[in-house]
Amino acid sequence: MSVLVYTESENGKFKKTALEVASYAKAVANQLGTTVTAVTVNATDTSELGNYGVDKVLNISNSALEKFNAKSYAAVIKQAAEKEDAQVVVVSQSADSKYLAPILAIGLNAGYASNVMEAPSSTSPFTVKRTAFTNKAFNITTINTAIKVVGVSNNSFGLVENSGSASAEDFAPALPESGVTVQSIDRATDKVTIADAEIVVSAGRGMKGPENWGMIEELAEVLGAATACSKPVSDLGWRPHGEHVGQTGKPVASNLYIAIGISGAIQHLAGINASKVKVVINTDPEAPFFKAADYGVVGDAFEVVPALIEKLKAFKAANA
Amino acid sequence: MKVLVCISHVPDTTSKINFTDGDSKFDTNGVQFVINPNDEFGLTRAMWFKEKQGASVTVVNVGGAETEPTLRKALAIGADAAIRVNTEAKDGFQVAKELAKVVQDGGYDLVIAGRESIDYNGAMVPGMLSELTGANFVTNCISLEIDGTSAIAVREIDGGKETVATSLPLVIGGQKGLVEESDLRIPNMRGIMMARKKPLNVVEASVTETETSSIKFEKPEPKGAVTLVDAGNLDELVNLLHNEAKVI
Repeated sequence: MSVLVYTESENGKFKKTALEVASYAKAVANQLGTTVTAVTVNATDTSELGNYGVDKVLNISNSALEKFNAKSYAAVIKQAAEKEDAQVVVVSQSADSKYLAPILAIGLNAGYASNVMEAPSSTSPFTVKRTAFTNKAFNITTINTAIKVVGVSNNSFGLVENSGSASAEDFAPALPESGVTVQSIDRATDKVTIADAEIVVSAGRGMKGPENWGMIEELAEVLGAATACSKPVSDLGWRPHGEHVGQTGKPVASNLYIAIGISGAIQHLAGINASKVKVVINTDPEAPFFKAADYGVVGDAFEVVPALIEKLKAFKAANA
Repeated sequence: MKVLVCISHVPDTTSKINFTDGDSKFDTNGVQFVINPNDEFGLTRAMWFKEKQGASVTVVNVGGAETEPTLRKALAIGADAAIRVNTEAKDGFQVAKELAKVVQDGGYDLVIAGRESIDYNGAMVPGMLSELTGANFVTNCISLEIDGTSAIAVREIDGGKETVATSLPLVIGGQKGLVEESDLRIPNMRGIMMARKKPLNVVEASVTETETSSIKFEKPEPKGAVTLVDAGNLDELVNLLHNEAKVI
């Protein structure tokens, strides 16, 4: 018996979500009185996982898995779960893990709970708290099968350090016929992604035109943040679709979300309200976003943003 | 090509979220239900396959009779036929299994679902359905072209997009991008009249098991009021974000 966790890596290095799900797996293992095994694909150095409670690492190195494929990845995680006699399998809710988890759950005859916020409140019955209605409510769910798959919401459980060390062994599972072949990937590698960002700087129609985005990008750069935008802005073609956050765009669950010139339509808030701290900058004090925000500045973005950039630069210099 | 579009019947985004029966059930009182937005993008793309490539388009929902107006709306938009699996949707696994039976009985080549529903946001059913029916699967799909049995799809990934080649039978988890918002269709009077004559077949449920159970709902603590900072005093904002919120 064990808890298995899939720890995602990119270019050989673990993502922050990987360390978060490892921390979560450790909490579950403590409740069940068992150990944590991590399964990794083409990770270069797995020793870091020991610091987050992993006891053992199954390291898969296979050039056929260089590009993500949901079916293949689900198949290798399933084989790791069987090898380790895993009772619980923990995954993140990154785009890739959300893609593979339902396939994995069917493969293991396991019940699957996605968007889980906290460690289980009970392991018998196995009871978890999930977000529902786009973060406007929580749903308490039990998973009733012998094997459980748990998808942990990004940035919900946090990192829990542990002074352990993980033993590593190579693992060479069989690969299925994948059925889906990657032809090309179009990704800006030099930018922080919305999914991984601690801070997201987002702007809306209040910016008046795409030519005014320089200050938004500069603010993001000062903060080490990802840039995002509201739906009208992506519909108008001012910014790429991949930056659109909201109900029909990308979800955001960052520590800090700064909304500039965004009124705060309910569809926008639905996509971003998993963020922990929200700041709004808007000329209109009646903008609905002020009701959803923690901090607000009533003012013209064209004055407030450049001034804020200067203040933040001074802050960074003083705290460097 | 036989296309099946999965339609979730979901509360409109602006709905008040409340619960009844000891917080165990969603309170539908006064709530307006709509086609799940992610499904509507897929339905509109399916209309394109119908009009340009001669596909037949069936819509399906797993739910009680109260979901039929949503299926009728999909028929009014242009689907040829509708199927309602007559049972309460209890968990993703049960719904996926019911849909798998519909797919197998109907011999559909392409199934388009939304990447997730806007009520439970589970993002479970399309992937489970693909695995249960042995079909290929692409989710977060923002572009789809079909040529014979070959398909080229574009998937949104963290920080960009990815183009993949695959083949039918195929399950798609669709979203905005499959078509644009401006391509969405509002049913016209003729569509609504025709929808009344189109078949809406009710089939009985075949699945009794679930793998998860919803016990109850909770609502988050009400949020405190916003702290306003004067536009001329942004040092205070930096200070609050650093010392109070501890996010910078």
